[in-house]
Amino acid sequence: MSALYFSEDHEWLLVEGDIGTCGITEFAQEQLGDIVYVELPEVGRNVAQSDEIAVVESVKAASEIYAPVSGDVTESNEDVADDPAKVNADAMGDGWFFKIRISEPAELESLMDKAAYDALVAGQS
Amino acid sequence: MNNPSDTTTGDETGSMLTTPLHALQVALGGKMVPFAGYEMAVSFPLGVMGEHNHTRARAGLFDVSHMGQVRLHGDNAATALESLLPGDIQGLAPGAMRYSQLTNDQGGIIDDLMVTNTGDHLFLVVNGANKVGDLDHMQSALPGATTIEHCTEHALLALQGPAAVSVMARLAPGVEALVFMTAMAVTIGGADCYVSRSGYTGEDGFEISVPNSAAENVARALLAEDEVEAIGLGARDSLRLEAGLCLHGHDIDTTTTPIEAALNWSVPKRRRQDGGFPGADVIQAQLRDGPARKRVGILPDGRAPAREGTIIQDANGVDIGAVTSGGFGPSLGGPLAMGYVVAEHATLGQTGTDSALGLVVRGKSLPARVAKMPFVPAGYFRGQSN
Repeated sequence: MSALYFSEDHEWLLVEGDIGTCGITEFAQEQLGDIVYVELPEVGRNVAQSDEIAVVESVKAASEIYAPVSGDVTESNEDVADDPAKVNADAMGDGWFFKIRISEPAELESLMDKAAYDALVAGQS
Repeated sequence: MNNPSDTTTGDETGSMLTTPLHALQVALGGKMVPFAGYEMAVSFPLGVMGEHNHTRARAGLFDVSHMGQVRLHGDNAATALESLLPGDIQGLAPGAMRYSQLTNDQGGIIDDLMVTNTGDHLFLVVNGANKVGDLDHMQSALPGATTIEHCTEHALLALQGPAAVSVMARLAPGVEALVFMTAMAVTIGGADCYVSRSGYTGEDGFEISVPNSAAENVARALLAEDEVEAIGLGARDSLRLEAGLCLHGHDIDTTTTPIEAALNWSVPKRRRQDGGFPGADVIQAQLRDGPARKRVGILPDGRAPAREGTIIQDANGVDIGAVTSGGFGPSLGGPLAMGYVVAEHATLGQTGTDSALGLVVRGKSLPARVAKMPFVPAGYFRGQSN
């Protein structure tokens, strides 16, 4: 059973058990334009919710990515580091950034479900 | 992440100016942002990368009407203008143009500009962000016999790329005879235009001064040509950066001299010797003794871009300068930057290894090296068959 959450900062978190897979949303990749560089966290790194955890850059600008929940990074997607365009091509799937072992499941309640995130995006478009 | 819709160009103004091509840019799906007081397209649906690559492969059309177009009239306009900049204007043949800089008493650069001798008057193109100040400066500094006309009735388009000449030869026959840095009057679609073979991308191309009333028609006629796509300001910036060209307010400003900025080539021997422009003593001293710092090209060894403001360190971790423009080069396929470093570090390595630098990005020193500019070979047409 998996559950999909969204942050206000346009990250998605797909939770299966105590592991969350995180990426940026379709809206985010569209707004950023062509992505040319992605910096991923080191495996084993421990983060608190809202810590700066990754960087994604377009031609024009760099954007920080913040940890949607606290935990330890278990995997980073090297495919995306090698080919940043994958994020534009499939932000919600193959363009994932990292996986995290969630240490504070209660923090999931601070994230949005798809309906709430879609409403947020509609307000910003 | 940060709001990905945030833009990095311009500042928020209550009411923005628009160019004659504003409606067309919106109709083409332009992402509109504030720039130099105008609402301009930073990109079109093709995207910054697509637009950049298209320009280098075929032909890109840019609206640069935000820039200032100025005519100087009077028998001694060239001599008068030389009192404000270190270029050779008196020696400009009719139809020829040069790049120069308006300097201040410290030898710093008030603005950089193109000066063309149309045969009848001098035609200047200055940066949009500085045009009001430039006009005030010229108004107060030039003798009364030289009259200054701000051409607010003209738009400015740029068509850049290897296919530009084929397109222009169809729409404005005769311009294909121009070589780089020359200009002529020509009719396009019945409108009286002034066309120069010049630009800001490192590619062959043309800049077209066209009456406002005809601007949209000329732009649409160009866009109707198979080779041509509309290009926004985002790609304009990545193109000029790959070409090693300065952007005033970033790579050059009132605190940088043309010598520090490695623009010595634009200051000819006669002007070096005779001076007669603001800050001549500072510039002459720097030519004699070398400047304390110098603008250089920088290539990061890795993939992370280093943007404006990034601190530059030497191999020992000592701060030696800062990045003034930096980002990602689509044609290069990697990051690139320009910045100022203490002069002794401003050279490519002696033994073939480039001068080692460290770029402080997010708290880490990333290895980089001094690199030659342009980063991508130029495509200027100088008169031989290419």
